[in-house]
Amino acid sequence: MTTGWSLFVIILTIANILACFWLLRWTSKPRTASEKIGGGADTGHVWDKDLREYNNPLPKWWLWLFYITIAFGLLYLAFYPGLGNFAGLGGWTQAGQYERERAAVEARAATLLAPLAALPVAELVNNEQAMSAAHNLFQQNCAQCHGSDGGGAVGFPNLRDADWQWGSDADSVVATIAGGRVAAMPPWSAVIGEPGVEDVVAYVQTLGGQQADATKAAAGQVHFQTLCSACHGIDGKGNPLLGAPDLTDQTWLYGGDAATLKQTVMNGRNGQMPAWGDKLGEQRVKLLAAYVTKLAAGR
Amino acid sequence: MNHDAVEKKVGLLGVLIALVISVGGLVEIVPLFFQASVTQPAPGIKPYEALRLEGRDIYVREGCYLCHSQMIRPFRSETERYGPYSLPGESVYDRPFQFGSKRTGPDLARVGGRYSDDWHRVHLLNPRDVVPESNMPRFPWLADGSIDGTVTVKKMEALRKLGEPYTDADIAGAAAAVEGKSELDALIAYLQGLGTNLKAGT
Repeated sequence: MTTGWSLFVIILTIANILACFWLLRWTSKPRTASEKIGGGADTGHVWDKDLREYNNPLPKWWLWLFYITIAFGLLYLAFYPGLGNFAGLGGWTQAGQYERERAAVEARAATLLAPLAALPVAELVNNEQAMSAAHNLFQQNCAQCHGSDGGGAVGFPNLRDADWQWGSDADSVVATIAGGRVAAMPPWSAVIGEPGVEDVVAYVQTLGGQQADATKAAAGQVHFQTLCSACHGIDGKGNPLLGAPDLTDQTWLYGGDAATLKQTVMNGRNGQMPAWGDKLGEQRVKLLAAYVTKLAAGR
Repeated sequence: MNHDAVEKKVGLLGVLIALVISVGGLVEIVPLFFQASVTQPAPGIKPYEALRLEGRDIYVREGCYLCHSQMIRPFRSETERYGPYSLPGESVYDRPFQFGSKRTGPDLARVGGRYSDDWHRVHLLNPRDVVPESNMPRFPWLADGSIDGTVTVKKMEALRKLGEPYTDADIAGAAAAVEGKSELDALIAYLQGLGTNLKAGT
């Protein structure tokens, strides 16, 4: 705030308080003997023939309540920021109070987390305290997509099964959470046309053990081996380095029925896991990695 | 007593009341209009690009602000959940601002990048597809709504008159930027940008 505006605020505020004080004095002071309490002065208003409105000053206790609020206001403005750029004698700031609160909790969290810092993910899984903290973190940050029980939703991986799109070892899981992942299944309708896509779908269905038209599947296999195998592997077992899912199991992220598979192959899919490293920090990411490892192990 | 005059002349009483009441506004509101920390953009804060601007208007139209705030207060419990607290310089291009006053749903001031575009798509069409416990309404009509680029251009021109630093290139490219996009796309673009600029600027 510029000095001019600061003065504007200070002068108006102080003048306002002084004016209140003056107003109280002005209206409460009896000017004649008859205006004192019991003096008999009235406003001249009469109701029901003899009911008169007295013009008495405020009772003393009431008046003092007003004086006390004025004193409180002045003390408050002396100790807290309020008068323009004057920071107050107490040195209080909103940001300062926030930082103190935060520092206190961070210090407490640090003492709680310190014994866990050195533990590898594999051991955190068995640490009750770590898992209880991770449970809270999961509910706050992960449940929106993966579900509060980690069961996932269509397009958002189930974390309770043993299937891992981007690898199940601790380093991979930590990397997935911290850096996020972007899966890129390209659209194939322009490349092999709708009949070609249907052939590929039939072949993918047979990979997962479903029934499908054998002729179509055979034609699809040719496409699969030239196009799809680059990511999903020649045997369809997938590749965790690319986030290409295993097509031979019963786990389907978007659905394994013919119609959904067709849509997936025609238009592609772009599953995205957001990056949490910056938001949560290394330590908490590790806790979450242990938590999801534990979920997947079914414990 | 001589307060008779004040109590018996209603015109004088009115003038004096107006004077007393205006002190609060003069002291608490007027100086803010001249304070750089409130009127100047924080580092990294830019006016909404065309698609996000349309998304912002859909956010307002659908009344999202009735259940979602965009104002993270400087309390630890809030920054823990939503991210760093909001600064006044982050809202200078919000006309009207979207602070909100009620949180039936979570604060959205820093929701950008928190979820994937696909998540927003599923979630806006039917929140319970991804969050079974959610009580947010469905917004299925957004997917069918299209955006008129000529209106986008007019909006940006109007905002430029109000002082937002859109360049001629911004406005020339506006129609193309929203071409073929649905209202859903625009709203997602808006949401994905919320709170991300400040970080880019520091």
